[in-house]
Amino acid sequence: MLVRAPALRPELVRIADMVEPSSRVLDVGCGDGALLEYLARTKNVDARGIELSQAGVNASVAHGLSVIQGDADTDLVEYPSRAFDFVILSQTIQATRQPKLVLEQLLRIGRFVIVSFPNFGFWKVRLKLALSGRMPITGTLTHPWHETPNIHLCTIADFVALARELDARIDRALAVDESGDVRALSVPGYWDNLTAEGAIFLLSRTA
Amino acid sequence: MSTLFQPLTALSGLPADAIGDVITFGNDQPLTLDSGAEIKPLTVAWKTYGTLNAQKSNAFLLCHALTLDQYAAGTHPVTGKPGWWSSMVGPGLPIDTDRFFVICINVVGGCMGSSGPHEVDPATGKPYGLNFPVITVRDMVRAQAMLLDHLGIKSLFCVAGGSMGGMQVLQWAASYPERVFSALPIATAARHSAQNIAFHEVGRQAIMADPDWQGGDYLIKGTTPRKGLAVARMAAHITYLSEAALHRKFGRTLQDREALSYRFDADFQVESYLRHQGAMFVERFDANAYLYITRAMDYFDLAADYGGSLAQAFRGSKTRFCVVSFTSDWLFPTPESKKIVHALNAGGANVSFVEFDTDKGHDAFLLDVPEMFATLRGFIGAAAQARGLNAKADA
Repeated sequence: MLVRAPALRPELVRIADMVEPSSRVLDVGCGDGALLEYLARTKNVDARGIELSQAGVNASVAHGLSVIQGDADTDLVEYPSRAFDFVILSQTIQATRQPKLVLEQLLRIGRFVIVSFPNFGFWKVRLKLALSGRMPITGTLTHPWHETPNIHLCTIADFVALARELDARIDRALAVDESGDVRALSVPGYWDNLTAEGAIFLLSRTA
Repeated sequence: MSTLFQPLTALSGLPADAIGDVITFGNDQPLTLDSGAEIKPLTVAWKTYGTLNAQKSNAFLLCHALTLDQYAAGTHPVTGKPGWWSSMVGPGLPIDTDRFFVICINVVGGCMGSSGPHEVDPATGKPYGLNFPVITVRDMVRAQAMLLDHLGIKSLFCVAGGSMGGMQVLQWAASYPERVFSALPIATAARHSAQNIAFHEVGRQAIMADPDWQGGDYLIKGTTPRKGLAVARMAAHITYLSEAALHRKFGRTLQDREALSYRFDADFQVESYLRHQGAMFVERFDANAYLYITRAMDYFDLAADYGGSLAQAFRGSKTRFCVVSFTSDWLFPTPESKKIVHALNAGGANVSFVEFDTDKGHDAFLLDVPEMFATLRGFIGAAAQARGLNAKADA
């Protein structure tokens, strides 16, 4: 039933590239399941998802994916440790209520954790805030402050600090520019923190 | 295996072949119950739709709810109405009878041909009545497994059902994980709640308070506890609907009158509707069967059989699950489904969970919810693909 044409946004393709074939994957906040479907089709993974919106869950299940309706903030505790090879949190961590706890849970559940997020340290964001004195609206941060689901925005430097605090190993890091092109991000990445619109991190637990 | 077929004649007013298929197992194959009692000989009645493929890999078991029966599709022989899931089961429908061999079995304790209080006890030649042993959901599932053994079906492609049918689905997945490729428990729970038991007790007390119940011997004494059974149905029927659906259907509209009667007639449409539901139900259901089946649901507590851990019931399961709930179902509310999902997740099982937004209440699983059809079609289709089932049973 996996019949939808792939129209995967470039960032998701980069994430998919990090996933090993035939692995067990959990996509947290999987939307309509586009990434999972792509992974199931191209990499033969055991694909599972959690999605908050009913419409997203129904669309995913209607397309033959194993997805449950759930909330990253509350439902990750239900998963056993090391249940998955890869746990993916794509453009979602900034919308969780407790990003640190969520990341902790992801590192417990998955052998590897892939996190992507918009970089609030991007120069355009800094400049808009500095010059206009208003909350920035950009290509990735599209909502006005009072309507945004992004309640915990961070910069690349902030994220690296959190990863270190949680004793996570940064196995790979990519800086994503406005056109969706990526380049390797060399941690701590002060330059990338200024020039990248977003980032993708591949983490694993050191302990 | 010494089984003998015999035509079933105990169901009054129906030709023997109206029941579908019936088997009576030999006395050497009793159904041993959770209570320790035995049913022997055991009779099981069932209906099938579609064709079993050569590999016997496309069998799709439907488990029916409390007051339903094996007539999931087609026309019901007693009511003349379409089967309870005729919107879901048929050629080209989500449970596609061109593709799957659909089996629906009347539960033990029921009143459509399987052994139950309404049937004749071969030991006495009289209807069992209250001499029928108390049965559980697990007993129902055991009897179904016996029938599938008889039919040579080792593994089921899918087991699906709503409400009490969903309880059977969960029991199937826990008791026979290797026989269940995919499972579809809908609007159900892994245990009956105190509130659910309370509503059932109201129904049972209504039946037993009817003088025509005759201590359960009404079949022998030639009476029918109509009023008691009707009240039981009326009370239960309220729990199947949401407040919003009742209001949408009836509001405070008066029935066949312009003004309040200042009497105890059915002034309101909702009263008239419930009386009608009660009266219709009495024509097709046996009062003692209602006692036994509600008891089986009350006794259902799957985790209790696994040291109090629901996750343990499903540990290591290879079954693909899709758990379904409805926003306005207050009888089997979404948190009950979530408990099942959490247990399945904790056990590392392959599970989907969908909640459908509807105001139709518990009965939504029997009704036209287009989004449910589309989603279940996706789940079933993906499972069929994983099972290697072709689009047509014989292709």
